[in-house]
Amino acid sequence: MKAGVIIFPGSNCDRDAITALKDITGQDPVQIWHKTTEWPKGLDFVVVPGGFSYGDYLRCGAMAGNSPIIPELKAFANSGGHILGICNGFQILTETGLLPGALLRNAGLNFVCRNERLIVSPNSSAFTSEYQSGSEIIVPVAHHDGNFFADDATLDMLEGDGRVAFRYADNPNGSARDIAGILSENRRVLGMMPHPERAIGGHEGGSDGRAMFTGVMNALATA
Amino acid sequence: MKAIVYVELKNGVLDPQGKAVSETLSRLGFDEVKSARIGKRIELELEDGLAKDAAEARVKEMCESLLANTVIERYQIELADA
Repeated sequence: MKAGVIIFPGSNCDRDAITALKDITGQDPVQIWHKTTEWPKGLDFVVVPGGFSYGDYLRCGAMAGNSPIIPELKAFANSGGHILGICNGFQILTETGLLPGALLRNAGLNFVCRNERLIVSPNSSAFTSEYQSGSEIIVPVAHHDGNFFADDATLDMLEGDGRVAFRYADNPNGSARDIAGILSENRRVLGMMPHPERAIGGHEGGSDGRAMFTGVMNALATA
Repeated sequence: MKAIVYVELKNGVLDPQGKAVSETLSRLGFDEVKSARIGKRIELELEDGLAKDAAEARVKEMCESLLANTVIERYQIELADA
């Protein structure tokens, strides 16, 4: 699997994603600066990392969502590429329209930084293929604007079509219907507020995020 | 010419900042406050000599592409001679 990580000014989980991908795939992922309009050849999987791109100016992810790289990212998505947007990366994916909904300020107003229990929702994506449906995993969150919002029709559609990937066991931010992560229509774009790249079994304490990356890697290997 | 853009959360979208402000005002004795909603005001200075209709159409485009996220926000545009 050839992986890449997009880096915006203010991304700060890009190193975490790079470290996780290198550990899991055995290869250095391609680092893609947001200002390039040349998409690296042969990519299978791209991570849009967490952080505070453009200092969260205007709205979280709004400026990054209009970066020069974004049309290339959309073309990659349209060609069936796998994309994982984590935290600020999730906010960016909603701003680009690759995923529906938006992320509002946490209902409790506080920045939330702790391990969260997530429930794996029934769905058919590569990202969750190595988890048992309904099982509980522990993945850290660290965000101020993770309160997932969409209108009722969109929420019903996401639930009805099996596009909810994860829900919070104890909703930390007021997200509608406890949603922690959602999938695109083709199940190849996942956006989530929790950080699986910070739970891959190293010094950071947990390993429940690892299967998300190996799931994609193994799905691509057998495809 | 100046364009003033007001961006607010749509009705029905939770505004926790507004809620906190409203609660604090109540605590300070401003009992008449029933609720507060927080929005943004963006001031744009535009080139001189633009026709008003054309300017408004351009600013609307700016709102749709960057200034507002219409999933959660609505906007209002005012044009004024600088």
